Order: sequence, then C-alpha cells, then structure tokens
Amino acid sequence: MIAAAVLAALAAACAAGAWRLTSARWTWRAPRTAILLWQSLGVTWGLASTGALLAYALEPYRRGVVHGLASFLVTFEYGVRAPQDLVRVGALVAGLALLAVLVTLPLAATVQTVRARHRHRVLLALISRDEPAVPGVRVVDFPGAAAYCVPGLRSQVVISDGTLSLLSSDELDAVLAHEAAHVRERHDLVLLPFAALRRALPWSKLVRDAQASVELLIEMAADDRARRHCCPRRLATALLRFGTAAALPTPQGALGASASANVMARVNRLVRPDAALPAYHRFLILAVSVLLATSAPLLWVIPG
Amino acid sequence: MKGLGELERTIMDILWAQNSPLTAREVGRLIEDRDLAPTTVMTVLDRLSRKGFLDRTRDGRAWRYQPAASRDAYVAELMLEALDMTGDRDAALTRFARAVSGSEAEILRKALTELEEQ
Repeated sequence: MIAAAVLAALAAACAAGAWRLTSARWTWRAPRTAILLWQSLGVTWGLASTGALLAYALEPYRRGVVHGLASFLVTFEYGVRAPQDLVRVGALVAGLALLAVLVTLPLAATVQTVRARHRHRVLLALISRDEPAVPGVRVVDFPGAAAYCVPGLRSQVVISDGTLSLLSSDELDAVLAHEAAHVRERHDLVLLPFAALRRALPWSKLVRDAQASVELLIEMAADDRARRHCCPRRLATALLRFGTAAALPTPQGALGASASANVMARVNRLVRPDAALPAYHRFLILAVSVLLATSAPLLWVIPG
Repeated sequence: MKGLGELERTIMDILWAQNSPLTAREVGRLIEDRDLAPTTVMTVLDRLSRKGFLDRTRDGRAWRYQPAASRDAYVAELMLEALDMTGDRDAALTRFARAVSGSEAEILRKALTELEEQ
C-alpha cells in the first residue's frame, strides 16, 4: 500500500509543481534548466500516475509494480473474491489504459510529425529557391513574414520573400542565428511530447499552459544562443517587426491572446537582460529534476 | 547535368507557366539544357505524376501532363503551416515568431519605435 500511496503523492506533487511552474518567472532567467525541469515533471507524472494505479491493483502480489505485472501476465490469475477486489480490477484496467495511452500518443505524434515534415520538404523542393544573399537558406515567394525551420536529420531553414524585404541584413542575421539554434539543439524533439499530450487532453488547462510555457522557453533558449552571434538589439527589432507584419487575416482562435505578451517578454529579455539564475540555483533545480525522474522508476520496482 | 530535384523544379515551373497540358517531347524542348536525354524528362514526369503533382491524360500514343494544383496553392499550403494557422498546433516546425493581431500589434509597433529612437 505504501508504494501506491507514495506514487499517488508523487503524481499529485508533479501536477502541483507543473501548475506553479506555468506562472513562474525565474524560468526566463534560465530557460534551458527550466525546460529540463518540465521534461522531468512530465515523465515523472506519467510514471507516477500509472504506477499508483498499478501498484494499488497489484498489491495482493506484494512484489511491486514491475514484478507484480509480470506475475499477473504469466499466471493471468486475478482472483476477484471480495467487493474491494473489483476496485483493484478497475485500477488495473485504468492503469494499463493510461500507460497504453501515454506510450502510443507520442509514437502516433511522431509518425504524424514525420509525415507532415516529409510533405513540407517535398513541396519546398518544388517551389523554394536559393538566394545568393542568404546561402543555405530556402526562400519561398510569399509577401508575408515567415521564418522557420523544418527539423530533421537534415534540417532546413526557410524564410519568405517578404522577410527579406522586411528586415535589415543585421536583423536577418539575427533571425537566422535564432533558427540555427533551434536546429542545433533539436528543440522540435522537446516540443513533441508536450504537443502530443496537448492533443490527448485538449480540455486540460494545465496541459495547454504547460505546452505554451515550454514553447516560450524554447524560443528564449534559442534567443540566448543567437545573441552570442549577433546583436541582441537587432534580434529584438526583428521580433517586433515580425509581430507587427501580419500579412494574413487572423483565423479565429489560431493565435493565443498572449502572443504580443510573449513577443514583449522576449524583447525585454534581449534589451534589458536580467542576471542569469545563480549557478547553485540551477544546480539545485537540476538535482530535483534528476531525483524526480529516477524516483518513479525506483518506486515501480520496490515491492510493497 | 542538374540534380534530379533541380530538374523536377524546372519541369514544374515550365508546366505552371503553360495554360495547356504538354507532352514529354514539348517539355523537353522548353528545357534550356539541350543535352538532356528524352528518357530523363519522361522519368521525371512519371515521378512527378506518381507523387501526385501532375495529372496526365492520354493523347494518342503519348501522355500529356499538367500540374495537379497551382503553384500558389502549394505556397499557401506551406505558409499556412509556417504561420501556424492550420489550427492543430503540432510540433512539425519551429518558428521564429508569430504575427499578432489588431490592437496587440499596436503595442509592438510602439515598442519598435521606442527601440529605434534609443
């Protein structure tokens, strides 16, 4: 009973931690560390919530979740003797279902993402062109402002024709440095599980806020890397020009209400940077992340 | 000789510029690279139709090819995704920044003016 209770408490703690983290502002001073904490919270929450259900369901075996599950699968004996056993059956079904969902969702999202990128690449190959002014970057003839990266083993940075006329060459360099950071740090892989979870639980405000937080942190991490290679002020003006250059009518609900708040947060960070989070703070957060991510698997193994 | 990808782009551009479907021979005549073997053009046309970018119709013993969709339609498809306006918020692309609407843009415009004056 102890393992189930501890796992349940851990899952609740992760949810509470995530809730606090969505409104935390220290994260902007150490985006990379914060992203790690987000990932750790996500993994731990998944393992702890499924683990709590399974630990409760398999408690009669007294062998822990992993070995209990093995015993259950080998013998397939799950004696329903008393009414409270029915609750355990319910917990078992719920636990296995949640586990299946948490495993298949990211897989399905990966397949879908790979397909979408493939289609995008094929179309790019047909309609984009090289531009001598920006070597190695694909240019699409489109008057609006667009700059993005198609991640993959051979990532491609793409900008629109409109971007070329919108930005000065210094600003363009800053944008390309930002995109290069996304490519280099494979930020798409960080986003994937959060996007998958969001699709699975579209009604959950916490999941929605979590995804938005991680998206913003990733942009900030890329801004931080870009500013090593370019003038931060040019990156800031490029951001503002992009934000104001709405070339298309905005479809209902496609853009968050906080879009300009996010742009302003990034601009302010670039123009008036706060001191980075002290090293021992970052180390502490790192330690908590590692502790969290290792605690759930351990609790899956211990009997009781 | 150009790479296959380059050739696909050239051939699509030729067909997009035409109003009527063309045969492989007609396409070959419009390609600037005169040394290109007719079979290469046919191979590329075949590839493009198998990928769904060209529609083909029988004309006697030859096929006539025409684009399945306009160039603008493909540009629109790419840019809707690039601007995150498909509504499914996937993680397929990483974007530099999102454009904002109406009154929000005003806030950014003001900040831009201030930043440029400093």
